[in-house]
Amino acid sequence: MGKIDRLTLDESVAVSESITRAPVIATRGLCKTYATSAGETVNALSQVNFDVGQGEFVSLVGPSGCGKTTVMRILAGLIDGYTGSVNIGGRVVHGPTPHIGVVFQDANLMPWRTVLANVTLPGQVLRLDKKACHARALELLALVGLGGFEKKLPGELSGGMRQRAAIARALLHDPRILLLDEPFGALDAMTRDNMNVELARIAAEAGKTVFLITHSIAESVFLSDRVLVMSSRPGRIIETIKIDLPRPRSLDVVADPMFAATVLRIRRLLEQSTSADLHVTLAH
Amino acid sequence: MTTQDNLAGVEATAVSPRLLRGNFRLNWRLRPLPDLALTFLLVFGVLATCQALVYFGIVSRFVIPLPTSIVPALGELIGGGGLGEHILTTVSEAATGLAIAVVIGLSVGTLIAEFRVAERILYPYLIALQTMPKIALAPVLLVWFGFGLGSKIAVAGVISLFPVLVNTIAGLKSCDPGRLDVLRALGASRWDCFRLVKLPNALPFIFSGLSSAVMFALTGALVGEFVGASSGLGYLIVQANNSMDIPQVFAILLILVVVGMAAFGGMQRARRKFLYWSPNQD
Repeated sequence: MGKIDRLTLDESVAVSESITRAPVIATRGLCKTYATSAGETVNALSQVNFDVGQGEFVSLVGPSGCGKTTVMRILAGLIDGYTGSVNIGGRVVHGPTPHIGVVFQDANLMPWRTVLANVTLPGQVLRLDKKACHARALELLALVGLGGFEKKLPGELSGGMRQRAAIARALLHDPRILLLDEPFGALDAMTRDNMNVELARIAAEAGKTVFLITHSIAESVFLSDRVLVMSSRPGRIIETIKIDLPRPRSLDVVADPMFAATVLRIRRLLEQSTSADLHVTLAH
Repeated sequence: MTTQDNLAGVEATAVSPRLLRGNFRLNWRLRPLPDLALTFLLVFGVLATCQALVYFGIVSRFVIPLPTSIVPALGELIGGGGLGEHILTTVSEAATGLAIAVVIGLSVGTLIAEFRVAERILYPYLIALQTMPKIALAPVLLVWFGFGLGSKIAVAGVISLFPVLVNTIAGLKSCDPGRLDVLRALGASRWDCFRLVKLPNALPFIFSGLSSAVMFALTGALVGEFVGASSGLGYLIVQANNSMDIPQVFAILLILVVVGMAAFGGMQRARRKFLYWSPNQD
């Protein structure tokens, strides 16, 4: 256990050295335990360290229940009671920050608001100028491919369109970081592929640092500059993998041998981590 | 498309109360013609049976009036003058009681849903009061608020309070945490979370509470008048009943049907205006 922790620490130092740009997100020693209703404590995260550089697209991939969403909720300032530090834009943060725009697994649009009013919602919360928000919302809706749907209600949109609106909403207040938690998990495979291509384009055009949480290895390899591989509970980063596939990437990239090799490598890593867990539980 | 994921939340919270009441909307135009014919045939059949039963002396006309005798009674009621004033009395009692119930129900409901302390202090009493038939308070309320409009407003208010209160609490508490996360991640204040997410989210519940409350308020005003009054439709019913003028009683009941339907129609219109976004809307 201690050995692994030290390993990841060394690794994160190596990673931060490899980034010449200053990190926009930096976590150090994140640990989080939950108390179950039965009174037991569950280690959700153990010593999670990683950096994300300015303009970088980084994915966090791991098996279900490994604590990925806990990492996302800590970054978004939605949960408390963790140890370790979160540094965003050079400052230690302890709660929600306007530097981050979050896209959740469900679009979570307000069904009583039109698409446009949903996108301008962050402006209302952050007390931004109404006219500027309106203009920016229209631009963002065009960016995410929802031009002409401003007056529709969320109930009239498909699942993919609703996630597009959620992305536009997350970008409204011009955050430095776009944080996505399995944003296309509820979509069918074809829509999901298309949305990934769109996401890559939107991220590039908006010039945002993106942190994506996913359990799809292929998705993480397709989209990212780097993939952080997380073990199952307690979640820790077991490997950081740089993806050197050229950009812009089309869906044809899946035929690239390097793509296949990287996906395989991550799969092996995840398998090892789960089988290691298995040994531990068997030993008990 | 994959509309379930997001709608599921709305449906789970909003549809159940709506299904109970919202689909009773009378929509003549949408009904197929044979159904419409059958509807009228049914009414005609019931009326004809009554007419026959009474006409041939099988049932006393003090129990059921001759349907044909209701029409002149209704004419007499409308032509006799003063009917408008009685309607106005009952409707204004019900409306005032309802308005008070809505204000108290929304504000106390919000307190209970939003503040743990308020919930802990008030909830036991709420449960106790809810299980008590509040109509039993009518005689006491007459003593407290007098023979005039006050006691009727009080009865209407007391019995229409609970559907508003209970649905406000349920609606505010049923808010989807995912939607709140959107605001929380922006560092939204509690007030912003309430006004931008929780309250609009609770509207389907509040409206289904209001639909019951409207009917409860009318019932309350009538019961208040039964207990003691000098005007109003409830007073007219008691008067007619005491003089065994059963056709007159039925004529007033018909007027109450019209008043009730008008109130219900108004509610439906308001619901459609505010809940345009809610799925399974009629």
